[in-house]
Amino acid sequence: MSHVAAVERRSGISDTLSDVFFARPKLLTLLLLLPPLLWIGIVYVGSLFALLLQSFYSLDDFSGLIVHEFTLSTYAQLLEEANVQIIIRTVSMAALVTLACAVIAFPIAYYAARYARGWTKAMFYLAVMMPLWSSYLVKVYAWKLILAKEGILTWIAKGLHLSWLLDGILALPVIGGPSLSFSYVGTFLVFVYIWIPYMILPTQAALERVPLSYIEASADLGAKPKQTFWTVIFPLALPGIIAGSIFTFSLTLGDYIVPTIVGNSRLMIGQAVYTLQGTAGNVPLAAAFTVVPMVIMGIYLYVAKRMGAFDVL
Amino acid sequence: MAQPMSPAVRFVSCCRHFGQVRAVDGVTLDIAEGEFFAMLGPSGSGKTTCLRLIAGFEQPNEGHIEIFGETAEGVPPYKRNVNTVFQDYALFPHMTVGENVAYGLMIKGVPRAERNAKANAALAMVKLAGYEGRRPAQLSGGQRQRVALARALVNGPKVLLLDEPLGALDLKLREQMQEELKALQKELGITFVFVTHDQGEALSMADRVAVFNDGKIVQVGSPADVYERPRSRFVADFVGSSNVLPPEFASRHGGAAKWTSLRPEKIGVFPAGKKIGDGEDHADGVIKMISYQGAVTRFSVETGDTRLNAETAAGETNFKQGDDVRLIWPRSAMVAMEGGA
Repeated sequence: MSHVAAVERRSGISDTLSDVFFARPKLLTLLLLLPPLLWIGIVYVGSLFALLLQSFYSLDDFSGLIVHEFTLSTYAQLLEEANVQIIIRTVSMAALVTLACAVIAFPIAYYAARYARGWTKAMFYLAVMMPLWSSYLVKVYAWKLILAKEGILTWIAKGLHLSWLLDGILALPVIGGPSLSFSYVGTFLVFVYIWIPYMILPTQAALERVPLSYIEASADLGAKPKQTFWTVIFPLALPGIIAGSIFTFSLTLGDYIVPTIVGNSRLMIGQAVYTLQGTAGNVPLAAAFTVVPMVIMGIYLYVAKRMGAFDVL
Repeated sequence: MAQPMSPAVRFVSCCRHFGQVRAVDGVTLDIAEGEFFAMLGPSGSGKTTCLRLIAGFEQPNEGHIEIFGETAEGVPPYKRNVNTVFQDYALFPHMTVGENVAYGLMIKGVPRAERNAKANAALAMVKLAGYEGRRPAQLSGGQRQRVALARALVNGPKVLLLDEPLGALDLKLREQMQEELKALQKELGITFVFVTHDQGEALSMADRVAVFNDGKIVQVGSPADVYERPRSRFVADFVGSSNVLPPEFASRHGGAAKWTSLRPEKIGVFPAGKKIGDGEDHADGVIKMISYQGAVTRFSVETGDTRLNAETAAGETNFKQGDDVRLIWPRSAMVAMEGGA
């Protein structure tokens, strides 16, 4: 039998490095964290800060040049009637889209978490993820065709003798319009379709972590299914729903493609930013507009935290 | 109306199938009021499914279940006056310990002040007074177990179901909880139905034990009954790992020509050639293995046609592996069993 040393002595750069990292694990952590931290620090936080800074400058109406002096006049401009209308319109749309996504996503997520096994689970993931693989623009234009006056929805409504319902919806003030593809209803439908995977997945992940025994324990302690839902299942799913709503809400707040293609001509925040920084050249006001969703999300998360939505985490 | 003499729980030819699997296969059983009843068996033997049938999480495919004389099949769990301590405790993580314990009372609409008082009293009963403000995640396994117990007991159930409640605890804590559970049951007088795969736990705590195998009850009786007089090879082997002697071996050693149980602790280990006394029998063999277990020492001895296990009280032994020894036991220790299996 050959003699084997109890302590190996090797040398080489890789060996030496391994020894150094083994002795100082924090050094390794630091080295691994540095590139992503730099990326986040400069590319994300840095650019956000630059954006914030822009919103405190102003546009000289006469020369069309940006005045690099600290002022709140851009924010005063933001609070003008027309701009406030844009904000209210966008926030209302985002809130409604989020609510609809949550209501539609929950049963799907619940089914996937509680009942789907094996191939049904695979099919679930496929069905939820597949729409994300195709181009966003293609999907939005497809919806424009579906919702158009001569589109398939009108045709189906006619076939089912439900044209009166469609006409009724289109005749409604504010949300109606000449056709679904030129109305808030249409914009809403497309937003819900586009963002719903972002609500289903976090909700499902949260529900996966609710073991069956919690539901049984609740029933065992006398709770009817409805009570169990509101006192056990829903509170435990809430962090997932909140996570999903952050996606659906902020994505709707910032989007400008959907309302441009499907909807009426009244602007949303995204479109306002697009126009302001492009043709109008008013970068300060565009920056001020983008601060709005950030502030709203901040308030939303703060309120959610205060209400105990993250207590389970 | 419940009749005065009806048992706490009655199973009549109950079956519960999951596809092809007959999890519970024709169980007939009465559990008396105020009894500490253990359901003992290996995993997959149907004991937990039986418990779930009582709780209402499962419904029987065939047969009939009564709880205090009232038909239970078709009655959902939330309409049964029965509470469960779950194997994983199933404490709600988004509620404090106090809210967990008061949950059942809250559902019943008991006013807040009253239910908090009752929850605190229940926590005091399981020696966790003052813990009501904590979260389950901040408790140790033993403490969570007590909270689960308090949460079930605060509702004043007529039957308390315990699904392997001590399985996740370490040995010392488990022994302590065994004593406390037993004392609690005596004090409250509630019927306890306890599921376990640990024969020591079942024997030490229960008034009566039902041994399960393959969805059937193979023997019901007092712990002493089940241990001293196993009626089948399965029970002899599962409860206390008895030596199961084949009929011809038993008859050669003064027993009946039947499968026979001989407890390891009844067998003495002596040097070869040791004289045997009246009413004793013996077998000569070679020690194949000695395992020192603290309180006892276990010998595995090859005796030509069968291998016998013997257990002696602690103390260091002079025997070594490979020694020739004589095993001696009283003939009365040989318990003939019915049937082949």
